[in-house]
Amino acid sequence: MRRARPAAAGGGAPRMPAAGGGQAGPGPLRRRRREIRRLPGGPARPAALALVTLLSFASRFHRLPEPPHVCWDETHFGKMGSYYINRTFFFDVHPPLGKMLIGLAGYLSGYDGTFPFQKPGDRYEQHNYVGMRGFCAFLGSCLVPFAYLTVLELSRSLPAALLTAFILIFDTGCITLSQYILLDPILMFFLMGAVLCMVKCNSCADRPFSASWWFWLCLTGVNLAGAMGVKFVGLFVVLLVGLNTICDLWDLLGDLSLSLVMFGKHLLARVLCLILLPLTLYTAMFAVHFTVLNKSGPGDGFFSSAFQSQLIGNNLHNVSIPEYLAYGSVVTMKNLRMAGGYLHSHWHLYPEGIGARQQQVTAYLHKDLNNLWIIKKHDLDTDLSDPSSPVEFVRHGDIIRLEHKETCRNLHSHQHEAPLTRKHFQVTGYGINGTGDSNDFWRIEVVGGKAGKLIKVLRSQVRLTHVATGCILGSSGKTLPKWGWEQVEVTCTPYLKETPNSLWNFEDHINPKLPNISLDVLKPSFAEILLESHMVMIRGNSGLKPKDNEVTSKPWHWPINYQVIWWLNLVTIGLYLLMAVSTAVTLKRGVQLTSELKELSRVVLCGGGQITLGWLLHYLPFFLMGRVLYFHHYFPAMLFSSMLTGITWDTLLKFCARVLSPRITARKVYGGGFLALVLLIIYSFYLFHPLSYGMIGPMASDPSSPMAGLRWMDSWEF
Amino acid sequence: MLGFLKNPVVVTAEINMNLVALTVMGLISRLWGLSYPQAVVFDEVYYGQFVSLYMKRIFFVDDSGPPFGHMLLALGGYLGGFDGNFLWNRIGAEYSANVPVQSLRLLPALAGALCVPLAYQILVELQFSHCAALGAALLILLENSLITQSRFMLLESILIFFILLAVLSYLKFYNLQRHSFFSGSWWFWLLLTGVACSCAVGVKYMGLFTYILLLAIAGLHFWQMIGDQNLSNVSLICHFLARGLALIIIPVAMYLSFFYVHLTLLYRSGPHDQIMTSAFQASLEGGLARITQGQPLEVAYGSQITLRNVLGKPMQCWLHSHTNTYPIRYENGRGSSHQQQVTCYPFKDVNNWWIVKDPGMQQLVVSNPPRPVRHGHIVQLVHGITTRYLNTHDVAAPLSPHSQEVSCYIDYNISMPAQNLWRVEIVNRESDTDVWKTILSEVRFVHVNTSAVLKAGGFMNFHLEVQTGRTLEVVGEKLSKGYHQSMVWNVEEHRYGKSQEQKEREVELHSPTQMDISKNLSFMAKFTELQWKILTLKNEDTEHKYSSSALDWITMDTNIAYWLHPTSGAQIHLLGNVVTWASANVAAVVYMCLSLWYLIRRRRRIYDIPEGKWQRWVSAGGICVGGWAVNYLPFFVMEKTLFLYHYLPALTFQILLIPIVLQHLSDHLCSALTVAWFSSVYLVYCTFSPVTYGKPSLSVAELKQLRWKDSWNILIRKQ
Repeated sequence: MRRARPAAAGGGAPRMPAAGGGQAGPGPLRRRRREIRRLPGGPARPAALALVTLLSFASRFHRLPEPPHVCWDETHFGKMGSYYINRTFFFDVHPPLGKMLIGLAGYLSGYDGTFPFQKPGDRYEQHNYVGMRGFCAFLGSCLVPFAYLTVLELSRSLPAALLTAFILIFDTGCITLSQYILLDPILMFFLMGAVLCMVKCNSCADRPFSASWWFWLCLTGVNLAGAMGVKFVGLFVVLLVGLNTICDLWDLLGDLSLSLVMFGKHLLARVLCLILLPLTLYTAMFAVHFTVLNKSGPGDGFFSSAFQSQLIGNNLHNVSIPEYLAYGSVVTMKNLRMAGGYLHSHWHLYPEGIGARQQQVTAYLHKDLNNLWIIKKHDLDTDLSDPSSPVEFVRHGDIIRLEHKETCRNLHSHQHEAPLTRKHFQVTGYGINGTGDSNDFWRIEVVGGKAGKLIKVLRSQVRLTHVATGCILGSSGKTLPKWGWEQVEVTCTPYLKETPNSLWNFEDHINPKLPNISLDVLKPSFAEILLESHMVMIRGNSGLKPKDNEVTSKPWHWPINYQVIWWLNLVTIGLYLLMAVSTAVTLKRGVQLTSELKELSRVVLCGGGQITLGWLLHYLPFFLMGRVLYFHHYFPAMLFSSMLTGITWDTLLKFCARVLSPRITARKVYGGGFLALVLLIIYSFYLFHPLSYGMIGPMASDPSSPMAGLRWMDSWEF
Repeated sequence: MLGFLKNPVVVTAEINMNLVALTVMGLISRLWGLSYPQAVVFDEVYYGQFVSLYMKRIFFVDDSGPPFGHMLLALGGYLGGFDGNFLWNRIGAEYSANVPVQSLRLLPALAGALCVPLAYQILVELQFSHCAALGAALLILLENSLITQSRFMLLESILIFFILLAVLSYLKFYNLQRHSFFSGSWWFWLLLTGVACSCAVGVKYMGLFTYILLLAIAGLHFWQMIGDQNLSNVSLICHFLARGLALIIIPVAMYLSFFYVHLTLLYRSGPHDQIMTSAFQASLEGGLARITQGQPLEVAYGSQITLRNVLGKPMQCWLHSHTNTYPIRYENGRGSSHQQQVTCYPFKDVNNWWIVKDPGMQQLVVSNPPRPVRHGHIVQLVHGITTRYLNTHDVAAPLSPHSQEVSCYIDYNISMPAQNLWRVEIVNRESDTDVWKTILSEVRFVHVNTSAVLKAGGFMNFHLEVQTGRTLEVVGEKLSKGYHQSMVWNVEEHRYGKSQEQKEREVELHSPTQMDISKNLSFMAKFTELQWKILTLKNEDTEHKYSSSALDWITMDTNIAYWLHPTSGAQIHLLGNVVTWASANVAAVVYMCLSLWYLIRRRRRIYDIPEGKWQRWVSAGGICVGGWAVNYLPFFVMEKTLFLYHYLPALTFQILLIPIVLQHLSDHLCSALTVAWFSSVYLVYCTFSPVTYGKPSLSVAELKQLRWKDSWNILIRKQ
């Protein structure tokens, strides 16, 4: 493929259509004439690009402020933009770049971050939301020229590029997705940007280390960082670029005219631009994220105590609390697993049929009065709050009792099975006003501690062993059903494996009798913060599991949609596979092809192959994912699918036209086929356009967002 | 090979000597003292229950895999005259006299023993020396974990046997390809590849990965043939068709036949009935079939029916109502309609009966002749005992506030009119005029006023004062465009109502249904359903004391205690030969590093080893490293409880790689080192053989000495 390309590139195809339509460059006259025939008119390309861009912007910005309500997931991402403007810390399962950009767009366009974004359907009133929508629409509009240029570069055929552009311009799904404050247009912008830069860089391969080569290579790296920084789905485009780069390097290695030193330079350049540069940018994004968000907010509880001490307004910020744990103290206990919650209890009982009908004990991610527990001696029930009694510290190996402050029930376990993890024991709140039984006794131990050592608040990692059964208090990480308010299950595990699930630390510690000391030692390094936030995000992502009986969208439903364009795309994929296999077999059988057919087969195998790989990488992984999937996850794959449609139909029509011998008929067939496809696309748009401009927004008046999400999907159907 | 045909005596004698010796040693190591211990060992407790069910011909569903492996185990029981009467409830329980332990364990042990000669032949077919082949066979022979796993009623050794057989037959086939295609033995080995693959898949789904690997290799080899200009197009197509037949069509047919035999053998209803659809249950002898036998087929106006939710998860349940009403206010302060509760109830009950009524007529009996209900008809559903109408309205449901509440309408609230018309939509209809059929039709009920669809939801517990146990919420789902089984219902019990009077009708509802029509499902319908259930049935992900993660396996950080003698310290562990595991890892790393090195050098046109040797090296690696990878890496994305024994198929491939790498390096290695290394393998085998075979019993001190890694869990009896 590498050998074919310089010849084709030298044949007069201009490398940067945006820069001008000149067919300059030396090459055999015959080839040049063909190029001219195929691309009628020199200024056709910039004109086509301008037309495509114009149409794209027009379709995306048409009726942008409509509806003046919060639509669908705007309730999340708009809210997160506001958080950036207000600098309050929050937690989200996606990396920060997309939301930071939304926040920035809002800030620049004069939005003050005060709109609450409570639920879909709320009116924006006087708040300035158009800036944020406009930003997303701008990025969404860029997708079309990007796709146009990519296809043009791969197929060197104007009709193919135009066909792709028309599909994307007139696809109502793409339009809708670009019109609201969502992460998807931002993600797709970077994704398509990366693909375009990669393709551009490939076509500069005949003059490595030139300025334009460096430019496109670096830009690829920047776009990769951007894609990764918006959503983890960006990883797939990183994979695509990575595979492409490996193939590239492999070709270079096989080129014996290249010395090993030169090869080393090639390798180094790619490591620099495609690994180090994106990593630096990605890290920088998080640095900005953590610098901007320095106030305590709704996301605190997801992070460890050490992290929270960084946030202004958090109760751990500039903390001063008693250092050693004492009897009679009021404490909160935090599970040490990533995104582990606080030990929590409330008045509600376990429902009938689920263990003993006693008070629920759960792990809860948010700060709450119900997270407070009092440490008591197991045998003594004196009132420790009496100021005259001496302070007694808790030591490693002591047997204690934990009393829930609000309900005065003791932390209790017994040999009933836990609600979800059936092989563990149930943990409950038991007893009245602190009087329970011997199943309320827990031995407290510090990891790596010795008998008699004092227990440090925040810093000691503590294990609570149930004295009667020998099991260890832990959080399984599973979400309880509705009766447990979807909090996290707490169990007593009989398997004595040392995992963060069964370790806790004391976070708040209130004891008026003890002197407070300041704890500045907690400050985590940036690397630790980065690692922790990633662990929390990954946990959050895998925690988004579909619940029983919930109607979820399945990946195999996605390509089948009721729109003409999507059917066209689906059919094309099958058609392409057929064409690719027959071309490959023909070549392998050693059939002699004319140069024109060789060019066509190169487009099918190389250009089409790259795009198909992109489609596969952005679609297949969803089959393996256990999390909740939505229809909009298919859109990155749909971009690739549309590009493939352009390339495939163009090649097919050219091939058909060649088979028909008279020139005139051939041209008629080609032109007719192309026109039919474009008309089909426009007709589909005409049928479906009310969906993207008219009736979509205000319907989402439903409080819960997943349901609103479903409705958004349902709106495609008739 | 042709020489082999001309001169059978001389040539075969030599090969046989090696093979016979290895086979005998394999048999001795696997079969020695097979009936010891005379007690249930580890997962025998799991597979044993299925063997018993086979003996009693009772239907079951096992989500761990397809039925062929279970059937082989059951074959052992059948040959040994097992009657299926044993309570498989506890590991370590003594077998009673009626359990033919020896014959139950014989097939897995034989399969394990035959892996030894198979390994030998695979290396020979990969064109490595007989010395290397002998080494591979001996390593398999002395691998403690493979021995342990083979000696009990477990499936891994059978799986490994079929995997190795498939690989060997493919290699034999491929080597024959050069001289004599379309010959008898060519066909034999090609077909055997397909058969062995389907058997491997039939034993455990893990076999699928090796099957895919072999398909990929066959595809690659065929791709090379396409490039061969000497072959005509016609012969290429013949080759392609032959491979398609043997490697795809025959395995699929075999796989179907496993299920055919399985379903033919198990014709009685049993404990797993309820996960299947009503139609499936009715096809089994006893159980639901006894109840539904003789029901009228077509649902008519006036029919008395019970409606079962098709999803069957988290439990099977029937549409139900009872005299209790929804509380005026829920605990969280939301209001309700205060009408009669409608739920989905997981037990058979007289309150599950409903009557199909024509909205235009008053009568609740079937007219003569019956007027059948068709797709698209509008009906009312009348609760049999309370004669209230199934109703839904724009009130939030008890647990799912975004859905509509479903109730039985009580006429005391003027502000809330009755909205009790439902349109019947048959989901699996063939035409739009299909009749609603008992058991067979899957039906959605679409509310006429609001277009909500009747749906069974999650558990609900909190407002049922009368009923104990769990019941499921029933709601009217407004966002109903997507298809989900929880919105689909089928009629299970059915009879034509005869009594107009309420008193008589109550008596009628309590009486059993009867009449006579039989319903038979086709094999393919049964197969599809069973296969789907096996794939989607999820057991609660269980944590097990000996479960491990895939990463622990490479270094063998875990073991599994299989059995402990009730009194002495004799015990059996799944514990590998440490030296073999370590050297297998080293071999894999060396292989990959060397390959990468050679590959890069070859790319720069520097050829370190001759072309033939390189080809052998690559194909050996393709099989061994490929086999290891496909049998190991998928576990990283699997969400199920993993055990050390899942690694054994991968390990087998990795072990085969050791002699390959050794032979490659042999120029640089003195033979003394090889001997020393091999004797260490043997020594470790001997050291751990007490916990492999479970005898002799070791003292506490000796047991403690065996604990080479702290993470191993050797059981030490407290004095």
